Amino acid sequence: MRTLMGFRSGLRVALCAVLALACVACGDDAGKKSVTLLNVSYDPTRELYRDINLAFRHDWQERTGERVFVRQSHAGSGSQARAVIDGLDADVVTLALAYDIDSIQRNGKRLGANWQTRFPDNSSPYTSTIVFLVRTGNPKNILDWPDLVKPGVAVVTPNPKTSGGARWNYLAAWIYSMHHELGGDFSKLDDPAAADQVKAAQAAAERFVKDLYLRVPVLDGGARASTNTFVQREIGDVLLAWENEALLAMRALKPGTVEIVVPSVSVLAEPPVAVVDTVVDRRGTRQVAEAYLRFLYSPQGQEIAAKHYFRPRDREVLERYRNQFPELQLFTVAEVFGNWNAVHQTHFADGAIFDRIYGIGR
Amino acid sequence: MRSSFRQPSILPGFGLTLGFSTFFLCAIVLLPLAALVMKTASMGWREFFEVITDPRALASYRLSFGTALLAAAINSVFGFLIAWTLVRYEFPGRSLIDALIDMPFALPTAVSGIALTAVFAENGVVGQYLAPLGIKVAYTWIGIVVALTLIGLPFVVRSVQPALLEVQRDLEDAAETLGAGRFYVFRRIIMPTILPALATGFTMAFARGVGEYGSVLFISGNLPMKTEITPFLIVVKLEQFDYAGAAALGFIMLIMSFVLLLSINLLQTWGRRRVVASAR
Repeated sequence: MRTLMGFRSGLRVALCAVLALACVACGDDAGKKSVTLLNVSYDPTRELYRDINLAFRHDWQERTGERVFVRQSHAGSGSQARAVIDGLDADVVTLALAYDIDSIQRNGKRLGANWQTRFPDNSSPYTSTIVFLVRTGNPKNILDWPDLVKPGVAVVTPNPKTSGGARWNYLAAWIYSMHHELGGDFSKLDDPAAADQVKAAQAAAERFVKDLYLRVPVLDGGARASTNTFVQREIGDVLLAWENEALLAMRALKPGTVEIVVPSVSVLAEPPVAVVDTVVDRRGTRQVAEAYLRFLYSPQGQEIAAKHYFRPRDREVLERYRNQFPELQLFTVAEVFGNWNAVHQTHFADGAIFDRIYGIGR
Repeated sequence: MRSSFRQPSILPGFGLTLGFSTFFLCAIVLLPLAALVMKTASMGWREFFEVITDPRALASYRLSFGTALLAAAINSVFGFLIAWTLVRYEFPGRSLIDALIDMPFALPTAVSGIALTAVFAENGVVGQYLAPLGIKVAYTWIGIVVALTLIGLPFVVRSVQPALLEVQRDLEDAAETLGAGRFYVFRRIIMPTILPALATGFTMAFARGVGEYGSVLFISGNLPMKTEITPFLIVVKLEQFDYAGAAALGFIMLIMSFVLLLSINLLQTWGRRRVVASAR
């Protein structure tokens, strides 16, 4: 799948390049400048950015008279981050989780450490969350997180070690369990008086995710592959999925065979965006790159995000799409875990909690 | 054997061709391998041993090398059979089958992986009949063997075919007139001729199977300790930006494959000498 997608996105980039060349060559407005940007993104944003790029092009041309072409690259979030670290000249990165952009910062020194404060809302113009996808009619009667560990329920989710999206699934399960154990009060995490209670809650959460992951028959490499396993291969009773993927699967893949169940508590997934400093400074594209990311926050950009099943930050736009995005209690990674580095060390590093589930550990 | 660096030859251009071969090998093969070793060298011995003797890594070596050996063995039997059929018999559709053999070469491995998974999953064309019997192919090690068998088949068929053509039919006829039974002819005339080719095919199919990633990824299910192949573990390490750990696993795979391939080659040379000796 990865090579297939790589090939297809490669083809798309090539096609865009050819089109761009053709437009420049035919010289319908030879006097005007044109500029290209490369946006390195992750898998499920393919359709979103196609629309965003088109809208931004009109917007930018109207304001400055300059023509802008945005080229896209899509693959798994982690491998995209690696490509940028290894030298892919991305003007902007729009990835699945802050940990990946942090890694670009740490390993490649291609952007400033304060990247996440440069744009509003933790530099995440749109959000998503983790919901359940079940077979039509919900035969196993799965309504909330505890139902996932009932006897006879098989859960499908990708491998959090290889998939950015899968880490959100895992964290959502952890958040539910902690929320349940702490009576919904996450302020206890910082309260020394409640240290024992927090410790017990963490032990319970570890048991819960262990129970859950031991019911996973197939740990696919990525989120799309898991969706495929669940919808096309008909394996498992419930799929943990990004809300945007779940909505897409329900409407596009095999309509009428699956439906969405919204749990009581989940994680607020914040896919972040950032300008890659060293690249825009060298190419002289800082101004347009920043305008491109700011455009995501504009009412028009927010509307496009909502149309592609991402939760917009803009209240008004969110209200208009309310029946698509039901309300539930959402918690951020910062609220429950502190930061991504801590998440990685405690949960996903070699020998950490996720490995211990499978009896591999130190 | 006499050992002299340069065997006298009437062909001109030895220096030029050897120089070019060396350069090409260095640039295309040795350079990336050197980079791999360099990356591995960036970690200490203790760390290195910890990575390569991790229980999860050990389980993945067993799976990767075990399934690749099994698949190569299956291919040696059935690939030989197919090559035999294609060389020795005339039948309608022969050229079609002949062309079909190369399909796994041309098919993107991800495509074969997805196709096999679709066929062998519990709701698949074949999988639905195997499921009631309690046989699970997709998402188990059996699925990996199936995928590697598909990927490796052309290597065996394409190596054995020319060797089979080389077998001198008059030798077989002569043996039969001298009273040799069919099996005897097969064992003493056909097998010795094609054995080196068969071994080459086996080796290539095995090497390809050890390195295969794309197709296995889809059919294996990637369950830790159960169906994780070593290349997948390498990707897991990369995904955590652990370049050194990934390189260490790559290095170990390289060493193990090299040792295995070398021993197969030595075995082959030894076998050939024995055959030559017994023929005298």
